[in-house]
Amino acid sequence: MGAPSHAGGSGLIYEVFRQERKGQAFAHAGSVEAPNKEFAEAYAREQYGRRGESAALWVVPREAVHEIDDFADELQKNYHRVDGYPLKEKLGRARELVAKSPHGLSAGAG
Amino acid sequence: MRDQVQKILEMADDELILGWRNSEWTGIAPLLEEDVAFSSIAQNEIGHARALYELAGRELGVTADELAFDRQPEEYRCSRLVELRLVPDWAATIARHYLYEQADAERIDALKQSDDLKLAGLAAKIDREEAYHRMHAQMWFDRLGDEPRLAAALEELRPLVDARGEHTPEFLELWEEMTSVRRSLAGATW
Repeated sequence: MGAPSHAGGSGLIYEVFRQERKGQAFAHAGSVEAPNKEFAEAYAREQYGRRGESAALWVVPREAVHEIDDFADELQKNYHRVDGYPLKEKLGRARELVAKSPHGLSAGAG
Repeated sequence: MRDQVQKILEMADDELILGWRNSEWTGIAPLLEEDVAFSSIAQNEIGHARALYELAGRELGVTADELAFDRQPEEYRCSRLVELRLVPDWAATIARHYLYEQADAERIDALKQSDDLKLAGLAAKIDREEAYHRMHAQMWFDRLGDEPRLAAALEELRPLVDARGEHTPEFLELWEEMTSVRRSLAGATW
């Protein structure tokens, strides 16, 4: 426990999230190793912010990130998933109908 | 005016030589992240030197490259503090970084008040980058706080902060290295 957050025994790992433009979602950019949060912020600034590539950064100690990777789906309830509905086929059929209709897109409107 | 140009050159020489010395840590800094950070600081210092040389060069009718690389060793006005080759002593490097940034902050503050608007503007620009250098120096200073090697290095280096005029033998070696390309190919520009 806790072992993954330490690297080589010297520093802590901080995960860095980057926002490319104001208003956009933050995305994981990478991580930095640093002895404390001041160093982590400085290093994150250097590695992910110095070339004008970020509007803002989040610097988060790795141990503050709670990872969840156990998703029980024993009964294959694929109707819970977005791929549970064969949308692709339905769309394909609709496109065929439109193509066959002499009125193009207005097909079926009346 | 002449005095002011000399002051600008003094600062430019400090920044160039310190940038060069700090860049000697590239690839061998205590940790990878620090390698990136310290190399970036070195690059900034050399960028400041270039801007200052350009400003002084306009007064003197020469280019930044000519000021940086075509002068004789005795014409450089950098302090002995920045001349020393401190690799692989990280504690001494941090001591110098800390002492330099403190002294540099005072100098930049004075330049920001200058009547010469171009100079004041450049000083303000430089200061915005130096703010990160100061933060970085402070961070390491706090980190190494009770390390006796830091205290010893501070003690040893403090008198050199503004020691100018006479160069160290290490500076002469650096000058050889730094100017060798220009000297081998007259008028070369990159």
